[in-house]
Amino acid sequence: MAAGVAAWRGFSVTTVRIVFVLIALVSGGWFVPVYVAGWLFIPAAGEQASIGSKARSDARGIRLAIGLTSLLILVLLAVSALNGGWFVGWAWPQVFSMAGLVLIWRNAPQDEQATLRRLLEPIETAADSSSRGKWSALRLVLAGALLVGGVGWLFSAHKSLALLRPLGGVVLVIAAIVLVLGPWWLRIARDLVLERQAKVRAEERVDIAARVHDSVLQTLALIQRRADDPQKVIQLARLQERELRSWLFEGRDPNETEADLTLTGGVRQIQQDVEARYGVPVEAVTVGDCELDDNLNALLAAAREATVNAAKWSGADVISLFAEVEPGEVSLVVRDRGKGFDPEAVPADRKGLAESVYGRMTRRGGTATVTTAPGEGTKVMLKMARNMTASRA
Amino acid sequence: MSAPRVVLVDDHGLFRSGVRAELGRKVEVVGEADDVQPAIDLIAELLPDVVLLDVHLPGGGGQAVVQAIKTTHPQVRFLALSASDAPEDVIAVIRAGARGYVTKTISTAELADAVRRVAAGDAVFSHRLAGFVLDAFAAAPGDAKPPVDPELDQLTSREREVLRLIAQGYTYKEIARELYISVKTVESHVSSVLRKLQLSTRHQLTRWAAERRLD
Repeated sequence: MAAGVAAWRGFSVTTVRIVFVLIALVSGGWFVPVYVAGWLFIPAAGEQASIGSKARSDARGIRLAIGLTSLLILVLLAVSALNGGWFVGWAWPQVFSMAGLVLIWRNAPQDEQATLRRLLEPIETAADSSSRGKWSALRLVLAGALLVGGVGWLFSAHKSLALLRPLGGVVLVIAAIVLVLGPWWLRIARDLVLERQAKVRAEERVDIAARVHDSVLQTLALIQRRADDPQKVIQLARLQERELRSWLFEGRDPNETEADLTLTGGVRQIQQDVEARYGVPVEAVTVGDCELDDNLNALLAAAREATVNAAKWSGADVISLFAEVEPGEVSLVVRDRGKGFDPEAVPADRKGLAESVYGRMTRRGGTATVTTAPGEGTKVMLKMARNMTASRA
Repeated sequence: MSAPRVVLVDDHGLFRSGVRAELGRKVEVVGEADDVQPAIDLIAELLPDVVLLDVHLPGGGGQAVVQAIKTTHPQVRFLALSASDAPEDVIAVIRAGARGYVTKTISTAELADAVRRVAAGDAVFSHRLAGFVLDAFAAAPGDAKPPVDPELDQLTSREREVLRLIAQGYTYKEIARELYISVKTVESHVSSVLRKLQLSTRHQLTRWAAERRLD
C-alpha cells in the first residue's frame, strides 16, 4: 500500500514507509489495522478487484479470522487481568490486524502470498507438527516446557532478587527459541549451500557453452561456407577435432603455450602447424617421451623441415610422423606415399633437404637417411643419441 | 569368401547409418544396436562374423559386450572403433578380446579391409594402437625386474619392427616388401602381438594403462 500512496502523491516509497511507521507509533498501534484494511480493500495497481472483494466469498477465511480474533481477545483479556501494562494497549489493535492478515493471506495474489508465507514460515513449521510426526511434536512440547519454565523463573526471580536466577531463565527462553526456530535456520543454511552449488554448475555450463561457441560452432560455420572445398573442410574438421580432444581428454587449453615442451609436445606442434598451414593431414604417433635439449630441438627442427617438404612437394594426402624414445636414442620418421623424387636430380641450389635436414642432424652427431624414388614416396629417418645427463631418468 | 556378416554397435545413429551406407556393398550389415544389453541380445541372435563395436557406449564400455559374447559365442569376432584415442579404453577392449582397433576417421576402403581381415581371424592395428603397444611393452628405464613370462611379456625384435612400420602408416603389403617377408608372416606377427597384449600379465601393461588414465 505504501507504494500505492507513494505513486499517488509523488513521494518516494521509503519516505512514505517511514511516515507510516511514525504514525503507527504515535497512534498507539491503531494505524496498523488501518494499514491492513487499506491493503484489504484498495485494489492493487492494475487490478480490478481488491483483496477484500475476493475475501467476501471466502467463508472459511472469515470463520478463521473471527475464530482467531475471539481467541486473541480472550488471551488479551487474561493478560490485562494480570496487569499487562503498555503491552495490552499496543496489542488490542493488532487483534484486528491479525484478522485482516488472515483474510489477505487466504485471498491475496500469488506474489503477496509468497511474501506473507516467508514471514510466517517459522510459525508454520512450528505449528505443522501433525505432518512431521512424533519428533516435531516432542520438540514443540519441550520448547513449550522450557518457555514456561524460563518465563516462570524470570518472574519468580524478580521477587527473590537472586542474581543468578534471571540468567537461568534467559538461557531457558533462548533454548526454547532455538528449539522452535532451529530447523528453520538450518533449512535456510542448507538452501544457501544448494544455491551456491547451482550457481557453480550454471557457471560451468556457461563456460562450456562459451567454449563450444568459440571453437565448435565457429568451425561448423566455416565448414558450411567452405563446403565446396573438401580439402579445406577436412583440414578444419581435423583442427577442431584435435583442439576439442586436447581440451576434453587432456585438460589442456588449446591456446596456452607449453612452457617446457617435451618431445611428444614438439611432435604435436609440428603436426598442428603443418596441418594448419598446408592443409595436409599429419598422422602423428609417439612412443615414450622425454624432455628436450639442444640436440633434440635440432632433431625436431629437422623433422619439421622434412614434414613441410612432404606437405609442399609430395602431393600425398596424408603424412606419417612417428617418434620413438628409446633409452639410448630418439628416432623420428617422416613418411609420405607421394611422388617421391630422384635424390641425384635435386638441383644444388635447393638447400632444403641438404642443409635443414641433413646438416642439422650431422652437426649434432645424429644421422639422417632419406629413402625415396620417383613414384615411391619418401621416407626420412632421423636418429639422435640421447644426452643422458640432460634427460629425465 | 562371401561378404562377412556385420553387426554395428554404436550409440550414434548418424555414425551407424553412415557406416552402413559406406560399407553396404563390401560387407553385409545384418543388424545395428545402440547399447550394451541390446547389442548382446542382438549378437547372440544373429551370430555375425564381425561386430563393429564402439569403445564408448552409454551402458558401460564396449568391453562389456565383448566379455558377455566371448563366453557364449567365441566364434564372433570384434573390431573396436573409437573416436577417442584414450589408451586405457583401447587396451581394455582389446584385452577383453577384440581382434583389432581402428579410429573412426579411417577411410571406407580401409575399414572394409579391416573387417575382412578380422573376419578371417587376423588382427588389425591402427597406427595409433601400434604406438600404444610399443609404448606399453617398452622396457622402462630402471626397471630391473625380469619379466614374469618372457614368452608373453616381451615383444620380439621382429614384432617391434612390424609395429613401428604400422605406426608409420605402412600397410601390411608395404611392410612385407620393406622387411622382405610375406604378408602372411606380417599377419602372424600382428596376431602374436595381439595374443601377448591380451594374455600378458606384465605389470608394466597395467601400470602403463593406469598412468595414462584420464583425469
